[in-house]
Amino acid sequence: MTTQTETEKQTTIAVLVDNEPGVLARVIGLFSGRGYNIESLTVAEVDTQEGLSRITIVTSGTPMVIEQIKAQLERLVPVHKVCDLTMDGAYVDRELALVKVKSTGEARVESLRVAEIFRARVVDSTSESFVFEIVGDTGKLDAFINLMEPLGLMDVSRTGVAAIARGARPL
Amino acid sequence: MADDQMNGSQILLKALEEQGVDVIFGYPGGAVLPIYDEIFKQDAIRHILVRHEQGAMHAAEGYARSTGKVGVVLVTSGPGATNTVTGLTDALMDSIPVVCLTGQVPTHLIGNDAFQEADITGITRPCTKHNYLVKDVNALARTVHEAFYVARSGRPGPVLVDLPKDVMTAMGDYTPVSRVTHRTYKPRMKGDINLIRRAVDIMAAAKRPILYCGGGIINSGPAASQLLTEFVRLTGFPCTLTVMGLGAFPASDPLYLGMLGMHGTYEANLAMHGCDVMVAIGARFDDRITGRLADFSPNSTKIHIDIDPSSINKNVPVDVGIVGDVGHVLEDMIKVWKAEQASPDQKALAEWWKSIDRWRARDCLRYENSTKVIKPQYALQRLYELTKDRDDVYITTEVGQHQMWAAQHYRFDKPNHWMTSGGLGTMGYGLPAAMGVQVAHPKALVIDIAGEASVIMNIQEMSTIAQYRLPVKVFILNNEYMGMVRQWQELLYGGRYAESYMDSLPDFVKLAEAFQAVGLRATKPDEVDDVIREMIETDRAVIADIRVDKLENCFPMIPSGAAHNEMLLGPGDEAETPVAEEGMVLV
Ligand SMILES: Cc1cc2nc3c(=O)[nH]c(=O)nc-3n(C[C@H](O)[C@H](O)[C@H](O)COP(=O)(O)OP(=O)(O)OC[C@H]3O[C@@H](n4cnc5c(N)ncnc54)[C@H](O)[C@@H]3O)c2cc1C
Ligand SMILES: Cc1ncc(C[n+]2csc(CCOP(=O)(O)OP(=O)(O)O)c2C)c(N)n1
Ligand SMILES: [Mg+2]
Repeated sequence: MTTQTETEKQTTIAVLVDNEPGVLARVIGLFSGRGYNIESLTVAEVDTQEGLSRITIVTSGTPMVIEQIKAQLERLVPVHKVCDLTMDGAYVDRELALVKVKSTGEARVESLRVAEIFRARVVDSTSESFVFEIVGDTGKLDAFINLMEPLGLMDVSRTGVAAIARGARPL
Repeated sequence: MADDQMNGSQILLKALEEQGVDVIFGYPGGAVLPIYDEIFKQDAIRHILVRHEQGAMHAAEGYARSTGKVGVVLVTSGPGATNTVTGLTDALMDSIPVVCLTGQVPTHLIGNDAFQEADITGITRPCTKHNYLVKDVNALARTVHEAFYVARSGRPGPVLVDLPKDVMTAMGDYTPVSRVTHRTYKPRMKGDINLIRRAVDIMAAAKRPILYCGGGIINSGPAASQLLTEFVRLTGFPCTLTVMGLGAFPASDPLYLGMLGMHGTYEANLAMHGCDVMVAIGARFDDRITGRLADFSPNSTKIHIDIDPSSINKNVPVDVGIVGDVGHVLEDMIKVWKAEQASPDQKALAEWWKSIDRWRARDCLRYENSTKVIKPQYALQRLYELTKDRDDVYITTEVGQHQMWAAQHYRFDKPNHWMTSGGLGTMGYGLPAAMGVQVAHPKALVIDIAGEASVIMNIQEMSTIAQYRLPVKVFILNNEYMGMVRQWQELLYGGRYAESYMDSLPDFVKLAEAFQAVGLRATKPDEVDDVIREMIETDRAVIADIRVDKLENCFPMIPSGAAHNEMLLGPGDEAETPVAEEGMVLV
C-alpha cells in the first residue's frame, strides 16, 4: 500500500572503505552495472594506519533508488560505512578546480577581475595565460568556469566533490 | 626460516582442511601444478576430476545446496578460470556458497599478457560476492579463511581466490582460522524486535493473509524450514513458495498453495493478488513472481524479512522491512505471536480459505492425458509416485519446460532436496549439479530431470560420472525442441519456430552406453513405469530417454508484463489474451 514519490533528487554519499586493490573498481562497477548515475566521485586515503579510504559520491535518483544504492554499497565486503550526507543533515562540500585561461588585453584584465570576485588564486602566469585555483561548491565552480569561457578558457581540471558533515560527529 | 613454515600449496590445503572441506571439484593446468602436487601427496581431501570447469562449478553448487556446506572448485589460470564465469554468476544469482580457487601466472608476470593469463578478479568482480588476488604467501591462509566466511555468511554467494603460481611455491606461515576475524563484513542475524512486533500486529489483524516464502529459508538451514512450518501452522495462513523455496514448507500440507509466479498455481497467484497482508520471507520479489509491477498485489500491506538490506524495497516497496536471518526472525515472531496471543479474525480467515478453495477447484495443473503419446506431466507424476516413499531422493533440473513441470508436479516435503538454476536459468546446470549431489550423498537416488537440449550443454560430465561410478539418473523429457523457446514462439511469435527444433539429436541410449551408463527409452505411456522402475533399480548411472509430446505447453502461465489475474490456464486461453507491447520486450 506504500506509494512512492518518483521525483529524483541529488544526494551526496560518503563511503569509508578498506584501501585495497580493486575497491574503487567495485564501487564504479556497481554504479555502471546497475545503471546508477555518478555525477562526481572522489577518493583518497584518509587513514594510513588503518588503511582506510574515503569515497565521496554525488548521485541522483528517486528515494527508492538512493536507498538501493546505499544498500548495495553496504553489501560490498570492503565497505566499512556508508553515510548519506544529504539526508543526515547539514554538511559542507567543496571542490577544487584549476582553470587555464589564455588571453591578452582587455580579456586578460577582465579574467583577473572575475577571479578576484570568486576568490580564485593565480597559481601560474605567463605573458599570455593564467592558471587559476578556485575552491568552492560545485555551483560556484560552474559559474566561474562559465564566466571564463568568453575570456579565453583553455583547460579545466576539477577534483570532484569532497564533503563532510557539520558539527562534532564523525562519519 | 622457522621450522613450521610451509609452501603456499601446503598452506592452502591445510586451510581447506581446517574449513572442513572433504571434496574439491577441479581440473588441473600449468598454473596450479604445485597445488595438484600437494593434493597428490595427501588423502584428507578428495579431488573429483570434472571434464569442463563449468561442470566443476555446478557440481560444487549441487554439493552446497544439498549439504548446506560451502562447495569448493579448483581450476587453472586463463581458460580454466574463465570457464567458471557462468557457474559463478549462477551461484551469485541463487545465493549458493562456493569458493572458487583459480591459478594465476606468477606475480611478476601479471599484467604482461603472459601465457594463460586472464584478469579473473577483474572479470568476476560483478559475478562474485567478493574476490581476492593473493600476492603474499603470508596472507594466503587468512584470505582463504576469509573467503569461506564471506561465502557462507549473510546472504551466501560465490567467492573467488586467485592464486599466482609463485605464491603457491613460496614458503610462509600458516594462520589458523581461530586468529581470523573479519573487519567489516558482519551481517545482521537478529531482526529488530520492534519491527517484529509491528509485523505480528499487522498479521494478527489480517483478513486475507499470505506467506510468500523463498530460497532464503533454504539458505538459512533446515531449522528455518522447521520454524516456518511451525509458524504457518500456528497462524493457519496460506503459504506459497518460489521455485527456489520448494521444500521449505511441506508440499503435502493443506496450508500449502503450491508454487507462485509465472508458472505458479492459479490459487497461489490469485491469493497473492487479492491478499490484504503479504509476508515475504527470504524471497526477493523477482520479476518471475511479480509480473507487471504496477498491478502486483495492489491492495496489500507488505512485510519483508530478508538478511540482505538491498533486497528490501528493491522491486516492490514494502511497509515493514525486517533485516535479519529468517531462522532468527521466525523464532522471535513465533514467540511474540504466542506472547500476544494473536488471534486473527477466524471468520474472515475462513472466508479467505473459501475463496482459495474455489480457486483450487480449477485444478490448474490438470492436463489432457493420452494413451498414445507420453505427456511430460504424466512422466513426472509417475516419477514422483514411484519415488515419493523414499526419503533420499534429490532432484536437479536443467532449464526449460521440463524444469517448470518438475517444479509443479514433483512435490517436496523437505528442504535441500531440490536443486535448480532459478535466477540465471543456466541450461546445462542439472547434470553436473546432480553429480555434485551424488558425491555428497553416495547412496541417495539423485535424478536430473532434463531437457534434451539442456543436457547436451554439459554432457561431457557423463565421463566424470563414469569415472567415479556415480549412479546419477538422467531423466530426459525429450520433446526434440527447446520447448520453452518453442512455447514462447507459439504464443507470442505466430508459431514461427526459429531455430528451436533440435535437429540431429544423438541416440541417448547409445550415448549412455558410450559413457558406460545404462540407456533406457520409453515411447508410449504404458512403458513409463517400467522404465522408471528399471532406472531406480539400476545401481549405475542411467540415461532414460522419455519421448514426450513434442508440442505440449507449460501452463498455467502469466505472460511477461501481465498481472497475476491475467493468467493463461491452458490451450483454450491462448487466443484471447494478446500480450501487450511492453510485455514483448521482457524476457
Ligand atoms: C524458465 C524459468 C521460469 C521460472 N519461473 C518461475 C516461477 O514461475 N515462479 C518462481 O517462483 N520462480 C520462477 N523462476 C525462478 C526465478 O527466476 C527466481 O530464481 C526465483 O523466483 C527467486 O526465488 P526467491 O525469491 O526465493 O529468491 P532467491 O534467489 O532464492 O533469493 C533468496 C532471498 O533470500 C535472502 N536470504 C538468503 N539467506 C537468507 C537468510 N538466512 N535469512 C533471510 N533471508 C535470506 C536473500 O537475500 C534473497 O533475497 C523461473 C526460472 C526459470 C529459469
Ligand atoms: C545457456 C542457456 N542458453 C540459452 C537459454 C535460453 N533457453 C531457455 S529454455 C531453453 C530451451 C531448453 O530446451 P530443453 O532443454 O530441451 O528443455 P524443454 O524446454 O524442451 O523442456 C533455452 C534455449 C538458457 N536458459 N541457457
Ligand atoms: Mg526439449
